[in-house]
Amino acid sequence: MASTQTPSAIAAPRSPYARRRTTRGNYELYSWVFMRASGVVLVVLIFGHLFVNLMVGEGVHAIDFAFVGGKWSSPFWQVWDLLMLWLAMIHGTNGVRTIINDYAQKDSTRGVLKVLLYLAFTIVVVLGTLVIFTFNPCPPGAPAELLPSICFSN
Amino acid sequence: MWSWVAHRVTGVLIFFFLLVHILDTALVRVSPEAYNAVIGTYQTPIMGLGEAGLVAAIVFHAFNGIRVILVDFWAKGPKYQRTMLWVVVGLFVVTMAGFLPRHLMNVFGGGH
Repeated sequence: MASTQTPSAIAAPRSPYARRRTTRGNYELYSWVFMRASGVVLVVLIFGHLFVNLMVGEGVHAIDFAFVGGKWSSPFWQVWDLLMLWLAMIHGTNGVRTIINDYAQKDSTRGVLKVLLYLAFTIVVVLGTLVIFTFNPCPPGAPAELLPSICFSN
Repeated sequence: MWSWVAHRVTGVLIFFFLLVHILDTALVRVSPEAYNAVIGTYQTPIMGLGEAGLVAAIVFHAFNGIRVILVDFWAKGPKYQRTMLWVVVGLFVVTMAGFLPRHLMNVFGGGH
């Protein structure tokens, strides 16, 4: 070993271990916590959603415009579906982001996939939120037999 | 390891269904006719089987997700992770046994 390095260039042994301060923030930690917290809430929200829409009454056959209109005329289901929309989309987008980071090795591939993912997230969440808040269960001019019963009370 | 793979696969499947499902529901804002036309295609036998598969994916992802949380936060979680996988499988079978007959009756029996 013909090293020309002087001994003084090597760190002194037993120097106390100092944890390097990360410059990246705690983003990954928060995302890990969010997956668990939102997961628990989503189990309740989605099981409730599936039970009411697929198990009660005629199940999937009962779903039509009048069914959705009847549900969304109640603030309870509006809040339920809005929470489900946001939590599920953030949970799902974060999960797919993790998978992209794991399997897409080229920087450019990873970048393109994540841009597409965030674009889909933004479009779908904005659209879904607008629909829940601007939805009219009794649109004027629509055939009466397609509308929920609340359009005809009083 | 295989439960981890299954968690990823079901997660991606559910995510893509979610994107489609929000877009089709958004049709209520277009017109009752547009929404009913599209949702009508969900009520065919083939889509009914797809819905059964989707619910199976959601039920597994939900129960296995709870197991992951218990492994992470419960002191004895790592020790019982294998037992908990069998609990997940058991709960999955029970839940699907409750759901499938009801759903398949709605899809293939009576209805419209």
